[in-house]
Amino acid sequence: MSVHQDYLYTESHEWIEASGDVRRIGITDHAQHLFGDIVFTELPEVGRVVKKGDSLGTIESPKAASDLYAPISGEVVEVNTVLNGAPETINQSPYGDGWIVKLRPSDPSEAEALLSPDKYEEIAEG
Amino acid sequence: MTTATPVEPQNESATVTLIGDVSSLGRRGVRPPVASSESRRAALDGLPPELRRANPAALPEVSELDAIRHFTRLSQKNFSIDGQFYPLGSCTMKYNPRINEKVAAMPGFLRCHPLQDDADTQGSLRIFHDLQEILCQVLGMGGVTLAPAAGAHGEFAGMAIIRAWHLANNTGRDEVLIPDSAHGTNPASAALAGFKVREIKSGADGRVSVDALRAALGPKTAGIMLTNPNTCGLFETSIREIADAVHEAGGLVYYDGANLNAIVGRARPGDMGFDVVHMNLHKTFSTPHGGGGPGAGPVGVCEKLVPFLPAPHVRKTAEGRFDFHTPDQSIGRMMGFHGNAGVLVRALAYALAQGGQGLWDVAGHAVLNANYVLNRLPALFERPFGDRCMHEALVTIRRTEKETGIKAFDVAKRLLDLGFHAPTIYFPLLVPECFLIEPTETESKETLDQFVAAMEQIAAEVRSAPELLKSAPSTKPTGRLDEVSAAKELNVCCRWDYEEVKLG
Repeated sequence: MSVHQDYLYTESHEWIEASGDVRRIGITDHAQHLFGDIVFTELPEVGRVVKKGDSLGTIESPKAASDLYAPISGEVVEVNTVLNGAPETINQSPYGDGWIVKLRPSDPSEAEALLSPDKYEEIAEG
Repeated sequence: MTTATPVEPQNESATVTLIGDVSSLGRRGVRPPVASSESRRAALDGLPPELRRANPAALPEVSELDAIRHFTRLSQKNFSIDGQFYPLGSCTMKYNPRINEKVAAMPGFLRCHPLQDDADTQGSLRIFHDLQEILCQVLGMGGVTLAPAAGAHGEFAGMAIIRAWHLANNTGRDEVLIPDSAHGTNPASAALAGFKVREIKSGADGRVSVDALRAALGPKTAGIMLTNPNTCGLFETSIREIADAVHEAGGLVYYDGANLNAIVGRARPGDMGFDVVHMNLHKTFSTPHGGGGPGAGPVGVCEKLVPFLPAPHVRKTAEGRFDFHTPDQSIGRMMGFHGNAGVLVRALAYALAQGGQGLWDVAGHAVLNANYVLNRLPALFERPFGDRCMHEALVTIRRTEKETGIKAFDVAKRLLDLGFHAPTIYFPLLVPECFLIEPTETESKETLDQFVAAMEQIAAEVRSAPELLKSAPSTKPTGRLDEVSAAKELNVCCRWDYEEVKLG
């Protein structure tokens, strides 16, 4: 399992870039491993405004379908349309090309409550 | 303690014959009389030429014996309760007693039509009525509908009733809480009924965390959907506290009855504080699971929700007759007619054959069998929540997966080679690499010992022959299926190229 040092994490296995006016969001390497082969993603509409904890879409594998939750509140400014044709990109590159949503945070201070890479690793390994 | 002889794999992999493979030009099972040229003309009269078939339909041409052998062979390739142990967790694959079939096949039930006049179908109506009454007693509810045709259909009916109640009372509540251990149908049913879904985390003991629940309650809370015992096979011991907290917050409490077999005849959802209950007759009440139907998902509700029950509902009139009626604030029809009648007949036959003492024993033996398996499995299968469970045993090979790369999926496939249906795997979602094993009360100790022996054999193979697991099944008509392609490249239209086969 790997974690990316420049990201912040949630207990529900999302990552988000730690800084920036617009931040990418995805699922962790640990999460993609739990899913196995990802076969389908349902992405949110661009322009959708979400609160922290709201659903940002769905990820599906032969094992399970799960929601992607917003780590912090904000507006969806872009979605990774590559995933529509190639959802396996999340398996191949969970922290890179497999990003899912770009969000413009409405309250960046919410990120203070997120998990550090070390803390997330500890929880995921547990 | 006796240990059963390990099961020898039987190789079935070379025996697949499609019906097209035995097709022979001109062969027939039945030869109907040849139509006169006059009646042929009459049949085609007025049919536009472009719609007429130029060549005969491309169907396999076989004798009656060929057809019988083909379909008998296919049926023998099925895994079924009649053939094998089928410990699929949260599915209650118990034996379906044949007396139920006999009763359902009685001509009065078999030839009854839903459009017949009530006066001519009093016997069938009484069956529905009596079953409603028995289920009310078993569930501890004020009223029961038999209309939903499946478990998830019942969930939807139940959530639609909760929605209708909130709308009728102008509560403005539209949020439903669902634990992370819930069946996947729960959030789907709630969403379909118009609710927003909020997940609550389980505690470290595999049960609903009352603190997490209290933190999630608020002015939007319309209710909670709970399964008890839950999908970790654990009884929610704080159920009264949970129900009281949700009621105090203004919500209703929904019981997913998928796991009712663990408590049937012993504890009642109504007494635990549940307002709405769905149950699966094809689980607890031994009606066949079929190939996805027909099923039945009756819903029970507390007194204040009885006016919202679906139509039609059977009632007994003051004169002692039975009729259909539509409750005052009914959510409407769940299907064209009034439920899967044949399934309801079977369920009543089962309930009457068991009686109260029989149902009490059902729950007891179901729980005993699950605990026996939980405690007999080899150490490879770790127990995340201790050595006691209700009617299903949850175990995981999470640590082995990390060390060896052998997954629950590989073990499940290897079990097929050894003649057992695999348990539910990768569910509940909160325990990685897990197996959910539900033996049911109808299995003998000898069968459970054989299953344990197969699991012991596989546990040894993790070290001695891991390639056997990774490539399993190797003795079945088809090997390991490509689940990724199956999900991504949907092709639900199966074609047999007749011309190609026939003309070679």
